[in-house]
Amino acid sequence: MIELRDVHKTFGSNQVLRGVNLTIPSGQNTVVIGGSGTGKSVLLKCILGLVTPDQGVITVDGTKVTEAPRDAFLSRFGMLFQGGALFDSLPVWQNVAFRLLRGPLKRPRDEAKEIAIAKLRRVGLSPDVAERLPAELSGGMQKRVSLARAIAAEPEIIFFDEPTTGLDPIMSGVINDLIREIVTEMGVTAMTITHDMTSVRAIADRVAMLHGGKIRWTGPLSEMDAATDPYVDQFIHGRAQGPIETLR
Amino acid sequence: MRFLAVIGALVLGRLAALGRLMRFAGETLSHLVRPPFYGREIGFALLNVGYFSLPVVGLTALFTGGALALQIYAGGARFSAEAVVPQIVAIGMVRELGPVLVGLMIAARVTSSIAAEIATMKVTEQIDALVTLSTNPMKYLTMPRVLAGTLVMPVLVGIGDVIGIFGGYLVATRSLGFNGATYLRNTVDFLEPLDIMSSLTKGAVFGFIATLMGCYYGMRSDRGAMGVGRATKGSVVAAAVVILAANFVLTEAFFSA
Ligand SMILES: Nc1ncnc2c1ncn2[C@@H]1O[C@H](COP(=O)(O)OP(=O)(O)O)[C@@H](O)[C@H]1O
Ligand SMILES: [Mg+2]
Repeated sequence: MIELRDVHKTFGSNQVLRGVNLTIPSGQNTVVIGGSGTGKSVLLKCILGLVTPDQGVITVDGTKVTEAPRDAFLSRFGMLFQGGALFDSLPVWQNVAFRLLRGPLKRPRDEAKEIAIAKLRRVGLSPDVAERLPAELSGGMQKRVSLARAIAAEPEIIFFDEPTTGLDPIMSGVINDLIREIVTEMGVTAMTITHDMTSVRAIADRVAMLHGGKIRWTGPLSEMDAATDPYVDQFIHGRAQGPIETLR
Repeated sequence: MRFLAVIGALVLGRLAALGRLMRFAGETLSHLVRPPFYGREIGFALLNVGYFSLPVVGLTALFTGGALALQIYAGGARFSAEAVVPQIVAIGMVRELGPVLVGLMIAARVTSSIAAEIATMKVTEQIDALVTLSTNPMKYLTMPRVLAGTLVMPVLVGIGDVIGIFGGYLVATRSLGFNGATYLRNTVDFLEPLDIMSSLTKGAVFGFIATLMGCYYGMRSDRGAMGVGRATKGSVVAAAVVILAANFVLTEAFFSA
Protein backbone atom coordinates (compact mmCIF):
# COMPACT_ATOMS: atom_id res chain seq x y z
CA MET A 1 0.00 0.00 0.00
CA ILE A 2 1.24 3.44 -0.90
CA GLU A 3 0.14 6.42 1.15
CA LEU A 4 0.63 10.09 0.42
CA ARG A 5 -0.04 12.58 3.20
CA ASP A 6 -0.19 16.31 2.57
CA VAL A 7 2.35 16.25 -0.29
CA HIS A 8 3.37 19.67 -1.59
CA LYS A 9 5.63 20.53 -4.52
CA THR A 10 6.41 23.92 -6.00
CA PHE A 11 8.67 24.66 -9.00
CA GLY A 12 9.73 28.30 -8.75
CA SER A 13 6.44 30.15 -8.52
CA ASN A 14 4.44 27.25 -9.93
CA GLN A 15 2.62 25.51 -7.07
CA VAL A 16 1.95 22.12 -8.58
CA LEU A 17 0.95 19.92 -5.65
CA ARG A 18 -0.78 21.66 -2.76
CA GLY A 19 -1.47 18.96 -0.23
CA VAL A 20 -2.14 15.65 -1.92
CA ASN A 21 -3.69 12.91 0.24
CA LEU A 22 -4.08 9.56 -1.47
CA THR A 23 -4.00 5.87 -0.64
CA ILE A 24 -3.05 3.35 -3.32
CA PRO A 25 -4.26 -0.09 -2.15
CA SER A 26 -2.18 -3.18 -2.94
CA GLY A 27 -3.17 -5.50 -5.76
CA GLN A 28 -5.39 -2.93 -7.44
CA ASN A 29 -5.06 -0.45 -10.22
CA THR A 30 -5.63 3.13 -9.14
CA VAL A 31 -6.16 5.43 -12.08
CA VAL A 32 -5.33 9.10 -11.68
CA ILE A 33 -7.20 11.43 -14.00
CA GLY A 34 -6.91 15.17 -14.36
CA GLY A 35 -6.19 17.86 -16.92
CA SER A 36 -2.76 18.10 -18.51
CA GLY A 37 -0.29 20.09 -16.44
CA THR A 38 -2.07 19.40 -13.16
CA GLY A 39 0.92 17.52 -11.77
CA LYS A 40 0.03 13.87 -12.33
CA SER A 41 3.49 12.96 -13.58
CA VAL A 42 5.10 14.96 -10.78
CA LEU A 43 3.02 12.93 -8.31
CA LEU A 44 4.45 9.64 -9.62
CA LYS A 45 7.96 11.04 -9.55
CA CYS A 46 7.50 12.11 -5.93
CA ILE A 47 6.69 8.53 -4.95
CA LEU A 48 9.75 7.21 -6.79
CA GLY A 49 11.97 9.86 -5.21
CA LEU A 50 12.85 11.39 -8.60
CA VAL A 51 11.30 14.63 -7.36
CA THR A 52 11.63 15.58 -3.70
CA PRO A 53 8.41 16.97 -2.22
CA ASP A 54 8.71 20.25 -0.32
CA GLN A 55 6.45 18.97 2.39
CA GLY A 56 4.45 15.87 3.29
CA VAL A 57 5.12 12.18 3.83
CA ILE A 58 4.99 9.29 1.36
CA THR A 59 5.13 5.72 2.62
CA VAL A 60 5.24 2.39 0.81
CA ASP A 61 4.07 -0.49 3.01
CA GLY A 62 4.60 1.73 6.02
CA THR A 63 8.21 2.72 5.22
CA LYS A 64 8.94 6.32 4.33
CA VAL A 65 10.33 6.48 0.81
CA THR A 66 13.06 8.84 1.99
CA GLU A 67 14.28 6.28 4.51
CA ALA A 68 14.05 3.10 2.43
CA PRO A 69 17.34 1.66 1.08
CA ARG A 70 17.36 3.05 -2.47
CA ASP A 71 18.34 -0.04 -4.49
CA ALA A 72 16.00 -2.47 -2.78
CA PHE A 73 13.22 0.12 -2.93
CA LEU A 74 13.56 0.85 -6.64
CA SER A 75 13.90 -2.78 -7.65
CA ARG A 76 10.29 -3.28 -6.52
CA PHE A 77 9.08 -0.72 -9.06
CA GLY A 78 8.49 -0.59 -12.79
CA MET A 79 7.78 2.73 -14.45
CA LEU A 80 6.48 3.63 -17.87
CA PHE A 81 7.46 7.23 -18.53
CA GLN A 82 5.08 9.50 -20.36
CA GLY A 83 7.62 10.18 -23.11
CA GLY A 84 8.91 6.61 -23.23
CA ALA A 85 12.40 7.59 -22.02
CA LEU A 86 14.07 4.82 -24.00
CA PHE A 87 17.87 4.85 -24.10
CA ASP A 88 18.54 5.79 -27.68
CA SER A 89 22.06 4.42 -27.75
CA LEU A 90 20.85 0.89 -27.03
CA PRO A 91 18.87 -1.46 -29.30
CA VAL A 92 15.28 -2.19 -28.31
CA TRP A 93 15.93 -5.54 -26.64
CA GLN A 94 18.70 -4.10 -24.47
CA ASN A 95 16.31 -1.36 -23.40
CA VAL A 96 13.72 -3.91 -22.39
CA ALA A 97 16.24 -6.14 -20.65
CA PHE A 98 18.19 -3.24 -19.10
CA ARG A 99 17.64 -4.42 -15.58
CA LEU A 100 18.40 -8.01 -16.47
CA LEU A 101 21.76 -7.13 -17.99
CA ARG A 102 23.31 -5.47 -14.95
CA GLY A 103 22.94 -5.01 -11.21
CA PRO A 104 21.32 -7.37 -8.71
CA LEU A 105 18.87 -8.91 -11.20
CA LYS A 106 21.58 -9.71 -13.76
CA ARG A 107 21.14 -12.85 -15.89
CA PRO A 108 23.01 -14.47 -18.76
CA ARG A 109 22.75 -12.39 -21.93
CA ASP A 110 20.85 -15.02 -23.95
CA GLU A 111 18.29 -15.49 -21.23
CA ALA A 112 17.82 -11.72 -20.85
CA LYS A 113 17.29 -11.42 -24.59
CA GLU A 114 14.72 -14.22 -24.59
CA ILE A 115 12.79 -12.51 -21.81
CA ALA A 116 12.97 -9.21 -23.68
CA ILE A 117 11.54 -10.78 -26.83
CA ALA A 118 8.75 -12.45 -24.83
CA LYS A 119 7.85 -9.10 -23.22
CA LEU A 120 7.90 -7.39 -26.61
CA ARG A 121 5.45 -9.98 -27.87
CA ARG A 122 3.17 -9.24 -24.92
CA VAL A 123 2.94 -5.60 -25.94
CA GLY A 124 2.20 -6.53 -29.55
CA LEU A 125 5.67 -6.12 -31.06
CA SER A 126 7.27 -8.76 -33.27
CA PRO A 127 10.75 -10.09 -32.47
CA ASP A 128 12.31 -8.29 -35.44
CA VAL A 129 12.06 -4.92 -33.68
CA ALA A 130 14.40 -6.27 -30.99
CA GLU A 131 17.56 -5.35 -32.87
CA ARG A 132 16.39 -1.91 -33.97
CA LEU A 133 17.26 1.36 -32.29
CA PRO A 134 14.44 3.27 -30.54
CA ALA A 135 14.81 6.21 -32.94
CA GLU A 136 13.79 3.92 -35.82
CA LEU A 137 10.38 3.19 -34.27
CA SER A 138 7.14 5.17 -34.38
CA GLY A 139 5.98 6.98 -31.23
CA GLY A 140 3.39 4.32 -30.46
CA MET A 141 5.93 1.53 -30.87
CA GLN A 142 8.38 3.34 -28.58
CA LYS A 143 5.66 3.60 -25.97
CA ARG A 144 5.07 -0.14 -26.13
CA VAL A 145 8.79 -0.90 -25.88
CA SER A 146 8.85 1.29 -22.81
CA LEU A 147 5.90 -0.62 -21.41
CA ALA A 148 7.76 -3.89 -22.05
CA ARG A 149 10.74 -2.47 -20.16
CA ALA A 150 8.55 -1.49 -17.22
CA ILE A 151 7.25 -5.04 -16.82
CA ALA A 152 10.43 -6.92 -17.81
CA ALA A 153 11.74 -7.60 -14.31
CA GLU A 154 8.24 -8.44 -13.01
CA PRO A 155 8.02 -5.69 -10.40
CA GLU A 156 5.50 -5.64 -7.54
CA ILE A 157 4.46 -2.06 -8.15
CA ILE A 158 4.06 -0.53 -11.61
CA PHE A 159 3.39 3.06 -12.60
CA PHE A 160 1.99 3.71 -16.06
CA ASP A 161 2.16 7.33 -17.16
CA GLU A 162 -0.30 7.68 -20.05
CA PRO A 163 0.19 4.17 -21.46
CA THR A 164 -2.23 4.56 -24.36
CA THR A 165 -1.62 8.17 -25.44
CA GLY A 166 -0.59 8.18 -29.09
CA LEU A 167 -1.80 4.64 -29.82
CA ASP A 168 -4.54 3.68 -32.25
CA PRO A 169 -7.82 2.41 -30.66
CA ILE A 170 -7.03 -1.25 -31.32
CA MET A 171 -3.55 -1.06 -29.84
CA SER A 172 -5.00 0.90 -26.91
CA GLY A 173 -7.35 -2.02 -26.36
CA VAL A 174 -4.42 -4.45 -26.42
CA ILE A 175 -2.50 -2.38 -23.86
CA ASN A 176 -5.57 -1.97 -21.64
CA ASP A 177 -6.06 -5.74 -21.62
CA LEU A 178 -2.41 -6.23 -20.82
CA ILE A 179 -2.53 -3.83 -17.87
CA ARG A 180 -5.68 -5.47 -16.59
CA GLU A 181 -4.03 -8.87 -16.91
CA ILE A 182 -0.88 -7.82 -15.10
CA VAL A 183 -2.89 -6.46 -12.20
CA THR A 184 -5.31 -9.36 -11.82
CA GLU A 185 -2.99 -12.24 -12.69
CA MET A 186 0.22 -11.10 -11.09
CA GLY A 187 -1.38 -9.22 -8.21
CA VAL A 188 0.63 -6.13 -9.04
CA THR A 189 -0.10 -2.81 -7.37
CA ALA A 190 -0.55 -0.32 -10.16
CA MET A 191 -1.03 3.39 -10.55
CA THR A 192 -2.00 4.56 -13.99
CA ILE A 193 -2.32 8.05 -15.37
CA THR A 194 -4.59 8.56 -18.32
CA HIS A 195 -6.91 11.05 -19.99
CA ASP A 196 -8.67 8.37 -21.93
CA MET A 197 -12.05 7.61 -20.33
CA THR A 198 -12.47 4.36 -22.29
CA SER A 199 -9.22 3.22 -20.82
CA VAL A 200 -10.27 4.33 -17.31
CA ARG A 201 -13.38 2.16 -17.54
CA ALA A 202 -11.38 -0.77 -18.87
CA ILE A 203 -8.54 -0.85 -16.36
CA ALA A 204 -9.43 1.00 -13.16
CA ASP A 205 -10.29 -0.50 -9.80
CA ARG A 206 -10.20 2.91 -8.18
CA VAL A 207 -10.19 6.38 -9.65
CA ALA A 208 -8.67 9.56 -8.23
CA MET A 209 -9.02 12.95 -9.78
CA LEU A 210 -6.24 15.50 -9.34
CA HIS A 211 -7.20 19.13 -9.72
CA GLY A 212 -5.80 22.35 -8.31
CA GLY A 213 -2.93 20.50 -6.66
CA LYS A 214 -5.23 18.29 -4.57
CA ILE A 215 -7.14 15.07 -4.94
CA ARG A 216 -10.57 16.37 -5.80
CA TRP A 217 -12.38 13.04 -5.69
CA THR A 218 -11.45 9.42 -5.13
CA GLY A 219 -13.50 6.25 -5.08
CA PRO A 220 -14.11 2.91 -6.75
CA LEU A 221 -14.76 2.92 -10.50
CA SER A 222 -18.35 1.82 -9.93
CA GLU A 223 -19.06 5.08 -8.07
CA MET A 224 -17.38 7.38 -10.56
CA ASP A 225 -20.43 7.91 -12.79
CA ALA A 226 -22.61 8.68 -9.81
CA ALA A 227 -20.13 11.16 -8.33
CA THR A 228 -21.82 14.45 -7.67
CA ASP A 229 -18.59 16.46 -7.77
CA PRO A 230 -18.97 18.94 -10.65
CA TYR A 231 -15.26 18.71 -11.52
CA VAL A 232 -15.39 14.94 -11.92
CA ASP A 233 -18.63 15.20 -13.85
CA GLN A 234 -17.17 17.74 -16.27
CA PHE A 235 -13.98 15.74 -16.76
CA ILE A 236 -15.48 12.32 -17.36
CA HIS A 237 -18.01 13.70 -19.81
CA GLY A 238 -15.51 16.00 -21.51
CA ARG A 239 -17.71 19.08 -21.32
CA ALA A 240 -16.29 22.48 -22.25
CA GLN A 241 -18.61 24.15 -19.71
CA GLY A 242 -18.12 23.65 -16.00
CA PRO A 243 -15.96 24.62 -13.03
CA ILE A 244 -12.66 23.53 -14.67
CA GLU A 245 -11.17 26.49 -16.50
CA THR A 246 -10.37 25.70 -20.11
CA LEU A 247 -7.90 28.56 -20.33
CA ARG A 248 -4.63 27.28 -18.96
CA MET B 1 25.89 50.36 -1.66
CA ARG B 2 23.63 48.74 -4.24
CA PHE B 3 26.69 48.20 -6.34
CA LEU B 4 28.39 46.31 -3.50
CA ALA B 5 25.30 44.20 -2.95
CA VAL B 6 25.30 43.20 -6.61
CA ILE B 7 29.01 42.27 -6.46
CA GLY B 8 28.40 40.37 -3.23
CA ALA B 9 25.53 38.39 -4.71
CA LEU B 10 27.63 37.62 -7.77
CA VAL B 11 30.55 36.36 -5.69
CA LEU B 12 28.29 34.26 -3.47
CA GLY B 13 26.61 32.80 -6.56
CA ARG B 14 30.02 31.87 -8.02
CA LEU B 15 31.13 30.30 -4.75
CA ALA B 16 27.93 28.24 -4.53
CA ALA B 17 28.45 27.07 -8.12
CA LEU B 18 32.04 26.14 -7.31
CA GLY B 19 30.84 24.19 -4.29
CA ARG B 20 28.35 22.27 -6.43
CA LEU B 21 31.04 21.50 -9.00
CA MET B 22 33.40 20.28 -6.27
CA ARG B 23 30.74 18.03 -4.83
CA PHE B 24 30.04 16.67 -8.32
CA ALA B 25 33.76 15.97 -8.83
CA GLY B 26 33.96 14.28 -5.43
CA GLU B 27 30.99 12.08 -6.17
CA THR B 28 32.46 11.12 -9.56
CA LEU B 29 35.75 10.12 -7.93
CA SER B 30 33.96 8.11 -5.27
CA HIS B 31 32.46 5.90 -8.00
CA LEU B 32 35.97 4.97 -9.14
CA VAL B 33 36.35 2.81 -6.05
CA ARG B 34 32.76 1.64 -5.56
CA PRO B 35 31.56 -1.31 -7.66
CA PRO B 36 29.76 -2.19 -9.84
CA PHE B 37 31.82 -0.92 -12.77
CA TYR B 38 30.29 -0.66 -16.22
CA GLY B 39 33.09 -2.03 -18.42
CA ARG B 40 31.24 -1.55 -21.71
CA GLU B 41 30.55 2.08 -20.94
CA ILE B 42 34.20 2.68 -20.05
CA GLY B 43 35.26 0.97 -23.29
CA PHE B 44 32.95 3.11 -25.41
CA ALA B 45 34.14 6.25 -23.65
CA LEU B 46 37.79 5.34 -24.26
CA LEU B 47 37.05 4.88 -27.95
CA ASN B 48 35.07 8.06 -28.24
CA VAL B 49 37.35 10.34 -26.24
CA GLY B 50 40.61 8.78 -27.38
CA TYR B 51 40.60 6.97 -30.67
CA PHE B 52 38.11 9.13 -32.54
CA SER B 53 39.90 12.30 -31.43
CA LEU B 54 43.16 11.27 -33.10
CA PRO B 55 42.55 12.99 -36.47
CA VAL B 56 41.68 16.31 -34.84
CA VAL B 57 44.64 16.13 -32.48
CA GLY B 58 47.03 15.16 -35.26
CA LEU B 59 46.01 17.97 -37.62
CA THR B 60 46.03 20.59 -34.87
CA ALA B 61 49.51 19.59 -33.71
CA LEU B 62 50.94 19.29 -37.22
CA PHE B 63 49.91 22.77 -38.33
CA THR B 64 50.86 24.37 -35.03
CA GLY B 65 54.33 22.79 -35.01
CA GLY B 66 54.91 23.98 -38.57
CA ALA B 67 53.78 27.53 -37.85
CA LEU B 68 55.86 27.59 -34.68
CA ALA B 69 59.01 26.66 -36.65
CA LEU B 70 58.38 29.49 -39.14
CA GLN B 71 57.87 32.06 -36.37
CA ILE B 72 60.89 31.02 -34.36
CA TYR B 73 63.03 31.13 -37.47
CA ALA B 74 61.79 34.60 -38.39
CA GLY B 75 62.06 35.89 -34.81
CA GLY B 76 65.45 34.24 -34.22
CA ALA B 77 66.77 35.81 -37.44
CA ARG B 78 66.50 39.27 -35.88
CA PHE B 79 69.38 38.46 -33.57
CA SER B 80 70.93 35.71 -35.68
CA ALA B 81 69.64 32.88 -33.53
CA GLU B 82 67.88 30.90 -36.30
CA ALA B 83 69.62 27.74 -35.10
CA VAL B 84 67.42 27.44 -31.99
CA VAL B 85 64.37 26.35 -34.01
CA PRO B 86 64.50 22.64 -32.97
CA GLN B 87 64.95 23.39 -29.30
CA ILE B 88 62.25 26.03 -29.05
CA VAL B 89 59.76 24.06 -31.13
CA ALA B 90 60.33 21.10 -28.84
CA ILE B 91 59.96 23.02 -25.62
CA GLY B 92 57.03 25.07 -26.91
CA MET B 93 55.11 22.05 -28.13
CA VAL B 94 55.83 19.75 -25.22
CA ARG B 95 55.50 22.18 -22.35
CA GLU B 96 52.66 24.41 -23.54
CA LEU B 97 51.11 24.13 -26.97
CA GLY B 98 50.71 20.37 -27.08
CA PRO B 99 48.71 20.02 -23.87
CA VAL B 100 46.82 23.31 -24.24
CA LEU B 101 45.77 22.88 -27.84
CA VAL B 102 44.86 19.22 -27.43
CA GLY B 103 42.94 20.20 -24.27
CA LEU B 104 41.01 22.89 -26.14
CA MET B 105 40.29 20.61 -29.09
CA ILE B 106 38.97 17.99 -26.68
CA ALA B 107 36.82 20.66 -25.03
CA ALA B 108 35.38 21.43 -28.46
CA ARG B 109 34.93 17.84 -29.59
CA VAL B 110 34.31 15.80 -26.47
CA THR B 111 33.00 18.19 -23.81
CA SER B 112 30.33 19.50 -26.16
CA SER B 113 29.16 16.06 -27.23
CA ILE B 114 29.07 14.73 -23.67
CA ALA B 115 27.09 17.76 -22.48
CA ALA B 116 24.61 17.59 -25.36
CA GLU B 117 24.12 13.84 -24.99
CA ILE B 118 23.60 13.87 -21.22
CA ALA B 119 21.45 17.02 -21.36
CA THR B 120 19.22 15.38 -23.97
CA MET B 121 18.97 12.30 -21.78
CA LYS B 122 18.00 14.54 -18.88
CA VAL B 123 15.38 16.40 -20.90
CA THR B 124 13.83 13.21 -22.29
CA GLU B 125 13.67 11.62 -18.80
CA GLN B 126 16.29 8.99 -19.67
CA ILE B 127 18.25 9.94 -16.55
CA ASP B 128 15.11 9.42 -14.43
CA ALA B 129 14.57 6.11 -16.21
CA LEU B 130 18.12 5.03 -15.32
CA VAL B 131 17.42 5.73 -11.66
CA THR B 132 14.19 3.75 -11.69
CA LEU B 133 16.09 0.86 -13.29
CA SER B 134 18.38 0.84 -10.23
CA THR B 135 21.32 2.32 -12.14
CA ASN B 136 23.16 5.30 -10.73
CA PRO B 137 23.57 7.87 -13.55
CA MET B 138 26.80 9.16 -11.99
CA LYS B 139 28.26 5.67 -12.11
CA TYR B 140 26.82 4.72 -15.49
CA LEU B 141 27.33 7.97 -17.39
CA THR B 142 29.75 10.28 -15.59
CA MET B 143 32.39 7.99 -14.13
CA PRO B 144 33.21 6.12 -17.38
CA ARG B 145 33.57 9.35 -19.34
CA VAL B 146 35.71 11.12 -16.76
CA LEU B 147 37.88 8.05 -16.24
CA ALA B 148 38.36 7.67 -19.99
CA GLY B 149 39.20 11.35 -20.39
CA THR B 150 41.78 11.28 -17.61
CA LEU B 151 43.44 8.09 -18.84
CA VAL B 152 43.46 8.77 -22.53
CA MET B 153 44.36 12.45 -22.67
CA PRO B 154 48.02 11.95 -21.67
CA VAL B 155 48.29 9.56 -24.62
CA LEU B 156 46.65 12.08 -26.95
CA VAL B 157 48.92 14.85 -25.68
CA GLY B 158 51.99 12.63 -26.14
CA ILE B 159 50.93 11.92 -29.71
CA GLY B 160 50.20 15.62 -30.24
CA ASP B 161 53.66 16.54 -28.94
CA VAL B 162 55.36 14.14 -31.32
CA ILE B 163 53.31 15.22 -34.32
CA GLY B 164 53.86 18.90 -33.44
CA ILE B 165 57.60 18.39 -33.35
CA PHE B 166 57.34 16.51 -36.62
CA GLY B 167 55.45 19.48 -38.12
CA GLY B 168 58.31 21.75 -37.09
CA TYR B 169 60.78 19.24 -38.50
CA LEU B 170 58.99 19.16 -41.84
CA VAL B 171 58.98 22.92 -42.22
CA ALA B 172 62.55 23.28 -40.95
CA THR B 173 64.02 20.62 -43.23
CA ARG B 174 61.91 21.38 -46.31
CA SER B 175 61.93 25.15 -46.43
CA LEU B 176 64.30 26.51 -43.78
CA GLY B 177 67.37 24.49 -44.81
CA PHE B 178 67.89 22.46 -41.61
CA ASN B 179 69.59 19.08 -41.69
CA GLY B 180 67.14 16.38 -40.67
CA ALA B 181 69.44 14.30 -38.47
CA THR B 182 70.82 17.33 -36.67
CA TYR B 183 67.31 18.67 -36.10
CA LEU B 184 66.20 15.48 -34.44
CA ARG B 185 69.36 15.16 -32.34
CA ASN B 186 68.98 18.73 -31.10
CA THR B 187 65.37 18.05 -30.17
CA VAL B 188 66.12 14.86 -28.26
CA ASP B 189 69.17 16.29 -26.48
CA PHE B 190 67.32 19.37 -25.40
CA LEU B 191 64.15 17.86 -23.94
CA GLU B 192 64.33 16.87 -20.28
CA PRO B 193 62.24 14.23 -18.51
CA LEU B 194 60.51 16.99 -16.57
CA ASP B 195 59.26 18.56 -19.82
CA ILE B 196 57.60 15.33 -20.81
CA MET B 197 56.27 14.66 -17.32
CA SER B 198 54.68 18.09 -17.18
CA SER B 199 53.13 17.58 -20.61
CA LEU B 200 51.51 14.28 -19.70
CA THR B 201 50.37 15.53 -16.30
CA LYS B 202 48.72 18.49 -17.95
CA GLY B 203 47.06 16.08 -20.33
CA ALA B 204 45.54 14.03 -17.50
CA VAL B 205 44.32 17.14 -15.68
CA PHE B 206 42.83 18.68 -18.82
CA GLY B 207 41.16 15.40 -19.73
CA PHE B 208 39.59 15.26 -16.30
CA ILE B 209 38.38 18.86 -16.58
CA ALA B 210 37.02 18.50 -20.12
CA THR B 211 34.97 15.38 -19.42
CA LEU B 212 33.86 16.49 -15.96
CA MET B 213 32.52 19.79 -17.33
CA GLY B 214 30.59 17.98 -20.06
CA CYS B 215 28.94 15.70 -17.52
CA TYR B 216 28.32 18.44 -14.97
CA TYR B 217 26.61 20.81 -17.37
CA GLY B 218 24.69 17.96 -19.01
CA MET B 219 23.35 16.65 -15.72
CA ARG B 220 22.25 20.14 -14.66
CA SER B 221 20.55 20.99 -17.95
CA ASP B 222 17.27 22.91 -17.89
CA ARG B 223 14.26 21.50 -19.66
CA GLY B 224 13.66 21.81 -23.39
CA ALA B 225 15.87 22.29 -26.43
CA MET B 226 17.03 25.65 -25.08
CA GLY B 227 18.23 23.89 -21.95
CA VAL B 228 20.34 21.50 -24.02
CA GLY B 229 21.80 24.41 -26.00
CA ARG B 230 22.69 26.33 -22.86
CA ALA B 231 24.23 23.28 -21.22
CA THR B 232 26.40 22.59 -24.27
CA LYS B 233 27.60 26.17 -24.61
CA GLY B 234 28.24 26.49 -20.88
CA SER B 235 30.22 23.28 -20.74
CA VAL B 236 32.60 24.21 -23.56
CA VAL B 237 33.22 27.73 -22.27
CA ALA B 238 33.80 26.47 -18.73
CA ALA B 239 36.07 23.64 -19.86
CA ALA B 240 38.18 25.97 -22.02
CA VAL B 241 38.58 28.63 -19.35
CA VAL B 242 39.32 26.17 -16.57
CA ILE B 243 41.83 24.31 -18.77
CA LEU B 244 43.69 27.57 -19.48
CA ALA B 245 43.67 28.55 -15.82
CA ALA B 246 44.83 25.09 -14.74
CA ASN B 247 47.57 25.27 -17.37
CA PHE B 248 48.92 28.43 -15.80
CA VAL B 249 48.85 26.90 -12.32
CA LEU B 250 50.58 23.72 -13.52
CA THR B 251 53.25 25.62 -15.45
CA GLU B 252 53.92 27.67 -12.36
CA ALA B 253 54.12 24.51 -10.22
CA PHE B 254 56.46 22.67 -12.60
CA PHE B 255 58.79 25.36 -13.84
CA SER B 256 59.00 28.36 -11.51
CA ALA B 257 61.58 27.39 -8.99
N1 LIG C 1 11.36 19.35 -13.31
C1 LIG C 1 10.48 20.36 -13.41
N2 LIG C 1 10.88 21.63 -13.30
C2 LIG C 1 10.00 22.64 -13.38
N3 LIG C 1 8.68 22.50 -13.58
C3 LIG C 1 8.20 21.26 -13.70
C4 LIG C 1 9.08 20.11 -13.62
N4 LIG C 1 8.33 19.01 -13.78
C5 LIG C 1 7.06 19.43 -13.96
N5 LIG C 1 6.97 20.77 -13.91
C6 LIG C 1 5.75 21.58 -14.03
O1 LIG C 1 4.78 21.00 -13.19
C7 LIG C 1 3.51 21.07 -13.80
C8 LIG C 1 2.87 19.69 -13.82
O2 LIG C 1 3.59 18.87 -14.71
P1 LIG C 1 3.20 17.37 -14.98
O3 LIG C 1 3.18 16.61 -13.71
O4 LIG C 1 4.13 16.87 -16.04
O5 LIG C 1 1.73 17.49 -15.56
P2 LIG C 1 0.76 16.32 -16.03
O6 LIG C 1 -0.38 16.34 -15.05
O7 LIG C 1 0.30 16.68 -17.39
O8 LIG C 1 1.53 15.04 -16.00
C9 LIG C 1 3.70 21.68 -15.17
O9 LIG C 1 3.34 23.04 -15.09
C10 LIG C 1 5.17 21.53 -15.42
O10 LIG C 1 5.65 22.58 -16.21
MG1 LIG D 1 2.17 13.89 -17.39
